[in-house]
Parts: sequence; structure tokens; C-alpha cells
Amino acid sequence: MPKTALQFHHNGREVALFVDGGVNLLVALREIIGDMTPKFGCGQGGCGACSVLIDGELHLSCLTLAETAAGRAVETLDGLKDGPNLHPLQRAFMEHFAAQCGYCTPGMLMAAKALLDRNPTPSRDEVVEAISGNICRCTGYEPIINAVLAAAAGGRARA
Amino acid sequence: MLELRKDIFADERDDNLKEVGKGTQRQDMLGHVTGTSTYFDDHKLQGMLHLKVLRSAHAHARLRRIDTTEAERSPGVRRIIRGSDVPRNLNTLLSLINFGKDDEPTLAVDKVRYKGEPIVAVVADSPREAYEAIAKLRVDYEPLPTVFDVEEALKPGAPVVNETYPKNTFTYHDIYDHQKLRFGDVDRALAEADHVLDQRYQMAPIEHAPTETNGSIAAPDTNGRYVVYTSTQALFFSLDTCAKILDVPSNTFHFIGGTVGGGFGGKVDTLTEPLSILGAMLTGRPVRYVFGREEEMQYGPPRGAERIYIQDGVMRDGRIVARKVRAYFDSGAYTRLSSYAVVKCAAHLPGPYAIPNVYGDIYCVFTNRTPATAMRGFGVTAMDFAIECQMDKLAHIVGMDPMEFRILNAYRDGDMKAHRREAKNTALIECVQVAAEKAKWPLREEFKRMSSLEGGGGIRAAIPLTPREPSTPRAAASQQRTSYDRAPAASSHEPPAPPPAPPPPPRPPAPSHGATRFSSVFGNRRR
Repeated sequence: MPKTALQFHHNGREVALFVDGGVNLLVALREIIGDMTPKFGCGQGGCGACSVLIDGELHLSCLTLAETAAGRAVETLDGLKDGPNLHPLQRAFMEHFAAQCGYCTPGMLMAAKALLDRNPTPSRDEVVEAISGNICRCTGYEPIINAVLAAAAGGRARA
Repeated sequence: MLELRKDIFADERDDNLKEVGKGTQRQDMLGHVTGTSTYFDDHKLQGMLHLKVLRSAHAHARLRRIDTTEAERSPGVRRIIRGSDVPRNLNTLLSLINFGKDDEPTLAVDKVRYKGEPIVAVVADSPREAYEAIAKLRVDYEPLPTVFDVEEALKPGAPVVNETYPKNTFTYHDIYDHQKLRFGDVDRALAEADHVLDQRYQMAPIEHAPTETNGSIAAPDTNGRYVVYTSTQALFFSLDTCAKILDVPSNTFHFIGGTVGGGFGGKVDTLTEPLSILGAMLTGRPVRYVFGREEEMQYGPPRGAERIYIQDGVMRDGRIVARKVRAYFDSGAYTRLSSYAVVKCAAHLPGPYAIPNVYGDIYCVFTNRTPATAMRGFGVTAMDFAIECQMDKLAHIVGMDPMEFRILNAYRDGDMKAHRREAKNTALIECVQVAAEKAKWPLREEFKRMSSLEGGGGIRAAIPLTPREPSTPRAAASQQRTSYDRAPAASSHEPPAPPPAPPPPPRPPAPSHGATRFSSVFGNRRR
């Protein structure tokens, strides 16, 4: 099968890889680059567990052809913390018990980051809207919403 | 008196267990928020192969011939696995505790009993190559008559789903085709009740739909053992199940799991581990077998559907005097854990209420549906749904507040339960009182003062006289009977509205309610 050469920025680091035609970004991240933070849940854009940011925008990596990431900046949960320092969203998720089985958490955090990056002071409804594409089957939505709001408030307090 | 030898663990445990009211961080939370919690599929092993299965296209069919020749030549295929390759190709999950007969193959050999049953497994270099080979497998099916309804399955002449259980019911203690509960004389009590309510309830199967699908990765270890990364919720149970199916000592396996991406009961059936390990045994390479989303939703085991018939007898003062239950658990094509759910259900009757006459017949029925499994209180939850619907309707019939009606009928300490154990540490009355307070639901003073610690025991502690043969006493002339075919749609807060049927026969002291004569439970009444 012909392979395509591909380069993009993965959490600030340039990566070069060969992918089979038709391979999606989720498979490229997990199986070629070895970043296991985006999760496979459905492979059809229904659950949001594979959510990543491409040039700052939220994307479902299972529905994104790996080739379309060429030359762009891909962010995953693996790059969210700054060295040993957790991102405010990660701290807020810990403090507000915003994870149960943890499987949706990477996607939730990326969806929340996409929101706070473009709107640092979201309303509750805006948070709900921002994570509406992410399924938490343990149904812990309330603590997740509270955590995102708390992270936003914390950011405001520091600013 | 039990002596606790705390000194043995003195250096291991802290006796200060006052944790209530304090925030305590979960051990796995840091891993979850940093994405470093390792789920089974987060292992990428050198030379890993991928296993996929061909699933039955029919709900019930004889397998005349399986042709693998073309698939074997398909690119990337390392191994085709058939039922004959599985060392012990028949198992039932609870055989580990000597409960039930082996009834389910890992790969179907002569017959398929539900749509989606695995028939052939293909191990290939990539998932795509495995799928391409599966498309080249040829199966010659001879479709057989199907049965999808629990009551149809029990009728004479119904198709036999699973030859291990030719009557389409699980067999208890080698002879009984259902679980029986008998406590008091329910028929006499029903005849003497002021009002009898017949109802039919049907629960749909419910898919757990975990975000992480079922799966496992098995890899040969250096010492002849196998390391298995798995999504299982029951690590050692799955390990022993694999040891039995693959006919090796259980210390052959090192199972690694515990970090599960949502289980809810749907990851105890050991669906993938036997084949991924067998694939690793046959190829000498790590083998990964993961359900796709469609497989998870279509063929992953659901909470089993239950059909429940309840006939309750209630007196005008609100006391429930009889509860007669007939229930059918849809186990699907194989037992898995439904046999146990039925036992649990029988022990749970009549719910948390002190009812002096209780009768239960609960069946574990085989149909050509996807096998059912555990899910959050299975065996009890559906029955509680039915019982609590029943409680609301009964309260309405006798004109009582539904909360007060529950308090009146609740178990109290010292009461005899229907399965002949004394009720201890009961708290339903207090629960209802607190729930009413939180919901600002007004309770009358006497109901606010009631307690689980008072009023129980005494004559309520006795095991009532229980006839061996069913009696058929005549109903009192003043008795009211209410049957709903289907409960009318009602809001969740209000008691159900009376059915818009003609008023009851004009008997003066009757409570106000509507009644129809047709019983969906027992048909038109013979009385």
C-alpha cells in the first residue's frame, strides 16, 4: 500500500511520519506517534473521546484524515500540562471530581481548552454547548461543567 | 464475639477512619486528567497482530459448511481460528462456582443461536486485512425457526434455542425450570382483599454503551506464560474463565487491568480474552481483539429484558395483603449471568415491604436474542421499577398519599421477609421521611413519627401458614378489581390518573377509581 510522508507539529514538537492512505489522525497519533491520550470510542464522530485541537480548533481525530494535519499544529492532552505543572483545567478537574472512569476526560479537557482559549469567561450554557459533543457514559456532566467554570474563574482571578 | 487482631496490621492501617465530610482525592485522578491512566488498548506491542471475528448473519441457523480457503490466502492473514481449535469450546460463566451447565461455545460449530454470534476468528497483520479476509469467508447457513418472545419460548413446540436446555429455561437444582417463592396463602389473601390490581410490565434490554469498547491484548511472555491487557471488570474471574476454555493452569496467565473505560456490568463476560490469548498461542505473537462500536452496541450483551406480571391485593386502610408475581427474564441464547439474576430477584420479592402473603414464579428463559448479562443491580432494578409503579397505583386506588402509603407498608425491624429471614437494620421509613422533607412533600404528623424500630416483629415475625397446593377461594362480593393494559402516560410526580374507563359496579364503600374488566395479566377473570 502506498504511504504518504507527512509532517506536522505535535504538542509543539515537529514530527515526521509515513501514513497509509485513508489513515485517520487518531490512528496516526496513537499507533505511529505513540500518543495514547486521544481515545477511540466510536470511530464515527459520536462520542468525542478522540477530540484534539488542530491550529487551536477542536476536531474529532477519528474523522480527520491524518494527511490533512500536514503543516499544522496538533494539540492533545499529552501537551496540556507545562512540564510538571498542571494546566488550570486539569487542576480544576481534579478538585471538582470531574472524572469517573477517565475515558472521556482527554476529549473533555481538549473541548474545554478550545472553549477557554477563545472565550475565557464562558457562561454555564456556553460550557454545556462546548462539551455537547463529548459523551461521558458515567454521566458525570455536572462536575465537569463546574470544573470548567472554576478553571475559567481561576484564570480571571489571576489575570 | 469476633475478635479483630488489629495488631497484625498495626503498621499498615490508620485507625482514624473519619473520612466523612472531608474531601479525599481519588488515587487515579491525576492519571485521568493527564491522560496517563493506562487502558488496555494503550499498549502498542512489537509485532502485534489483530483479531476480528465473523459473526452470524442469522438469529438461529444450522451451520452446514464453513469454507475458509479463500480467506486463508488473503493478504496479511496469519491464522484462521475455528471452533475445533478451541481446547474446551463450551463454557458457562458461573461454572466457576458450579452453577449451571456449559452451554456457550467460544466459536459456534454446528449452530448459531443469536444474530452476531462469533463463528470464525481471523488473525492478521492489520485490522483492515482481518476484515478483508472475513469478507472472503463462506458460511452455508440453514436458517431455523426463531423465537424472540419469552412467553412464546415456553409454549409447547417452540423452537429449541439451546440444546443444553431443551425447555428453553435454565434448570435450577437439576430439576426446576424456575425459581419459586411461596410465603403465606396468596390466593386466599387476594380473594379477601378489598381491591386487586393486575398489571403487566415490560422492560427493554439496555446496552451499557461504555465509551471504551470491550477488548483485550494477549502477548506471549518469556516463560511460557501470557500477559493479557484487558478491559474486564472481573480480572480473576476472566482469568479463570480463560484457563478453563483454553485448558491450561490459571497461572499460565498474567492479567493486567483494572483501569476500565466504563463497564456498568458489560465487561464481565470474558468476550475477547479467550480468543486473543488463543491467537497469541497459535501465532506466538501479541494479538489484539477489540470490539468496534457497532459490535459493542449490536452484539455486546445488554441488561436482559424482563416481563413482569404483578397481582396485588390491598385493603381499604392501605395495607397490602398479597403480592403475586410472575416474571420472565430474557437471557438471550445463553445463560451468562441471567440465572443468578433470577435468584436475586426471587430473594428480593416483594420489595422492601411487609406483605404477609407473597408468591413468585421467576423464569430464566432462552430466546434467539443477544445473550444478556450483568448491569447495575440486574435482577432487582427492573422488578423494583414494576413494584414501585405498582405502589403508586395502589396508593391512588386506596386514596392515600404515595409516600405515606410506602411508610405504612414498609418493612420494620423484626419483620419476617418472604424468603424467611428476619428484617434487620431496616430504614425505608426513614428514607421516605427524609426524601419527603427534601422534596418539601407534606407528610401527616403520624407518618413523620413512624420508625423502622417500632411496630415490627410480634405477629409480623411469624412465618405464615403456606399451603403446598394453590387454593382457589372465591373473591368477596365487594371486591374491586383493577387492570390496566398499559398504564396511561402520567407525569413522574403525580400518581397515575385513573384510567378513563366506566365506573365500578355501584357498591357503596368502594374507593373511587375506574376499572376495566380485562386483565392483561391473567386474561378475562374467571371469578
